[in-house]
Amino acid sequence: MDILYLLIPFSVVLVLLIVAVFGWAVNDGQLDGFENEAERILLDEDQAA
Amino acid sequence: MANERVPGAPGMTYEDGPVRAFALAAVLWGVVGMAVGVFIAAQLAWPELNFGISWLSYGRLRPLHTNAVIFAFGGCTLMATSYHVVQRTGQTRLFAPGLAWFHFWSWQAVIVAAAVTLPLGITRGKEYAELEWPIALLIAVSWIAYAIVFFGTVGRRKIRHIYVANWFFGAFILAVALLHIVNGAVLPVSLWKSYSAYAGVQDAMVQWWYGHNAVGFFLTAGFLGMMYYYIPKQAERPVYSYRLSIVHFWALIFTYMWAGPHHLHYTALPDWAQSVGMIFSLVLLAPSWGGMINGIMTLSGAWHKLRDDPILKFLIVSLSFYGMSTFEGPMMSIKTVNALSHYTDWTVGHVHSGALGWVGLISMGSLYHLIPRMFGRTQMYSKSAIELHFWIATLGIVLYIAAMWIAGVMQGLMWRAVNPDGTLVYTFVESVKATWPFYVTRLVGGLMYLAGMLVMVWNVVKTVQAGKSERVRIPQVLAHA
Repeated sequence: MDILYLLIPFSVVLVLLIVAVFGWAVNDGQLDGFENEAERILLDEDQAA
Repeated sequence: MANERVPGAPGMTYEDGPVRAFALAAVLWGVVGMAVGVFIAAQLAWPELNFGISWLSYGRLRPLHTNAVIFAFGGCTLMATSYHVVQRTGQTRLFAPGLAWFHFWSWQAVIVAAAVTLPLGITRGKEYAELEWPIALLIAVSWIAYAIVFFGTVGRRKIRHIYVANWFFGAFILAVALLHIVNGAVLPVSLWKSYSAYAGVQDAMVQWWYGHNAVGFFLTAGFLGMMYYYIPKQAERPVYSYRLSIVHFWALIFTYMWAGPHHLHYTALPDWAQSVGMIFSLVLLAPSWGGMINGIMTLSGAWHKLRDDPILKFLIVSLSFYGMSTFEGPMMSIKTVNALSHYTDWTVGHVHSGALGWVGLISMGSLYHLIPRMFGRTQMYSKSAIELHFWIATLGIVLYIAAMWIAGVMQGLMWRAVNPDGTLVYTFVESVKATWPFYVTRLVGGLMYLAGMLVMVWNVVKTVQAGKSERVRIPQVLAHA
């Protein structure tokens, strides 16, 4: 099962990348005060001419 | 903050051309892919239907069916909705529209190339990754264009917060790119023949690391992006818990990556690797059901809408199928259950519960919401046709999966039945014979599902004829949240 020496490190690198993106989301404030974000998409309806 | 329709106004309008093209292509390929599925379902009941022509044989048409429904129907739906959602939630125009059109035409070229090469028997022989290396390269190029347009649009968004649907679409785009590249490592020996860079059980492990994550990121994450935008829009209510949707996202992508070995239970794969796959599959139940409950509870306090609105029926019933198949999947990954279910039609039933029920219905519901809005209308041409489509599709799914459940458990029990002297009670062909009525029932279910899709085509054609494509003005953002 030599392939696990490729797949497991690869998946670990991937998880670290996901952690990094998560870290960016936290630091960027993506997870702060998002309570209004669910409503925002409803305020935006394409209207007929 | 309402968006206006402004015919021909330049600059401050959304770029909806690629959205329109992908949405209509999705409907077309849906019919083609499902028709091929019905045809091969008939072949299982009546094998003479291959007419002795190798191009029409089951082994060649089955990958054509899976590629057409997953990558053509599902793919085009994902591309249409992600280009729509990323513009509307970011209140910005598509980044590099020319590249988006290149993405559209190159993706259609991939689909046509698949439809030509697979019946000719040109294949890499890897499930869901059959297309030979020149087409696989074209997929990679098309996908990179997709990623540039999508993330470019996220980058130029006017709304600081990235809406949760875009996280699901983004994870889908990145993960599928990685999976495609790793599983696509081959050594070409001629224009239409290549050999995998991995060998034997190594190759099997890479294949199912790819295969399972393709299910997780292509057929789940992307469609969850649709769920988190189109259910709130159609129900005119915010998602039940935005906080839970974010937990759903991160929990799902952290756990999905490790569940692949459950496709290789009781094979040459080391026992511990199989067990790891099984445990992660069981853990997956939690985020999956969290997401399902979050979507369904969006209707909390407004359940009457489900009675009157056939599009909401599509969207909410799709989530029930998502819940069913994400319970069934972890259960089937338990090794003792898998000993019964593996290689039987139960697996086929499970896949179609997810494919017809979850992926199909959420796609159709989202397209019914999207297509009229892309042609200057707020409603499809016929609401009762949507209702009709919903009921024949749902009944078709129930017939299909019930037939495959019964067939699968029966096959599993027949194959493992042993006489006291240790010989098998049944020959294999006896189990095939016993399955015949269920193959016919499945064909009826599939025919109904296809018939529903034809109703959709009629409705879409009428809607497009009655509407016209107009530019939609991007609302001016007053203040950043």
